[in-house]
Amino acid sequence: MSPEISIIDYGLGNIKSIRKGLEEVGATTVVTENKKDLNQSDGIVIPGVGAFEDGMKEIESLKYTIYDNIESGKPILGICLGMQMFLTKSQEGKQTIKGLDLIRGEAKKLPDKVKVPHIGWNSINLNKEHWIFNEIPGKAYFYFVHSYYSDLKYKKDILSTTDYGIRFPSAISRKNVTGLQFHPEKSGENGLKILENYVKYVKR
Amino acid sequence: MLTKRIIPCLDVKLDQEGGTVVKGVEFKDLNKAGDPVELAKKYNKQGADEIVFLDITASSEGRENMKEVIRETSDQVFIPFTVGGGISSIEDIKKTLRAGSDKVSINTAAVENPELINKASEIFGSQCIVVAIDAKRRKEEEKDKEIVELEDGTKGWYEIAIYGGKKYTGKDAIKWAKKAEEMGAGEILLTSIDRDGTKQGYDNSLTSRISEEVNIPVIASGGAGKPEHIYEGFTKGKADACLAASIFHYDEYSIPELKRYLEKKGINVRY
Repeated sequence: MSPEISIIDYGLGNIKSIRKGLEEVGATTVVTENKKDLNQSDGIVIPGVGAFEDGMKEIESLKYTIYDNIESGKPILGICLGMQMFLTKSQEGKQTIKGLDLIRGEAKKLPDKVKVPHIGWNSINLNKEHWIFNEIPGKAYFYFVHSYYSDLKYKKDILSTTDYGIRFPSAISRKNVTGLQFHPEKSGENGLKILENYVKYVKR
Repeated sequence: MLTKRIIPCLDVKLDQEGGTVVKGVEFKDLNKAGDPVELAKKYNKQGADEIVFLDITASSEGRENMKEVIRETSDQVFIPFTVGGGISSIEDIKKTLRAGSDKVSINTAAVENPELINKASEIFGSQCIVVAIDAKRRKEEEKDKEIVELEDGTKGWYEIAIYGGKKYTGKDAIKWAKKAEEMGAGEILLTSIDRDGTKQGYDNSLTSRISEEVNIPVIASGGAGKPEHIYEGFTKGKADACLAASIFHYDEYSIPELKRYLEKKGINVRY
């Protein structure tokens, strides 16, 4: 049976792409903001379009449901803003905003010596082995769109880095929580492979 | 390292078949080039870095963009998908994103109501707001205009057109690009009306000037007829991405061919 993945619906932006991507690699999906759906699914994806503060506001009511599901061992995947919301806090917005604090770190603005947002295809440098990168070639390109990057407290949480004005973590993980700064659903074949790895891991 | 992007563009016109990809010369004389869904599928497979879908008559016909065609086309692509044409409100943006686009490109509405960029970037994030500028070269001297040194050594300025090139505004394109960035645009899609469909190369005087003036990515558009033009768009025009239509639609050059050529010339591209 194909695993069921909940995609948290923030009510903003394009969720269709991630849904389509997960379905392409064999998952069934439910786009939801319902606690029961999250509890019943095999995996949870937090997609990433929008601003940090709005995103946190949108998922505030689901915060403890997310914590409970992580505690139970369910694989959680955060993409772009979804990944940054895993952090302790963010500098995006007028004052510092608290995140979910699942991975220690802070979202900071990319340096302005480069064009911001960082938009386009960039390569990753693997930092350590991880199931999310199974069968992904060493210098694979992925699609990035972001103005903030994740400054992590612990280097061991970093799976890969990418260079753009600064060397920043492009994939992070702590236990069953995995975050991707790039958009696998928009990264062609390699991106679909990443989603397939996630779906396989959920099904394991 | 960040790569330079190659973006095939689908100019789509609403007709009895739903939507047809067309290509004109200087925004006129539209010729049919194919079915948007099929072309999008092909470009996704060939390794395009992004696809732009422009509903080119939505604004001038005063209608909403063609959601059904957008939906079907977006189903075929696993790379970034930008939709433009006829988007004039927050509600339009929301609906277009929901139909499967990742970014929206706003042209006429942004010029008429710049506040829309501000609001939209606050709600959806700058990354999904592309401001499209259609610029026409003007040779006569005018006060309060940003003067650009042209490739032949003469001087000129650039006027913005809206409604798909049907209405001239008297406004300066370079000033507008800077203002659009300030208002929260995440990218600029810069089309030269003079070069559109002519296959004479991008207007690199215009592109390089705007690329230097703003700190957001600039997509060069209008005039690509051969691989050299795209190479020059990146080098002379200092563009972050190059958009082209006819050279891909009519299979004059495939995307992998073009990328191999660019890589040989030292441009960093994605395979």
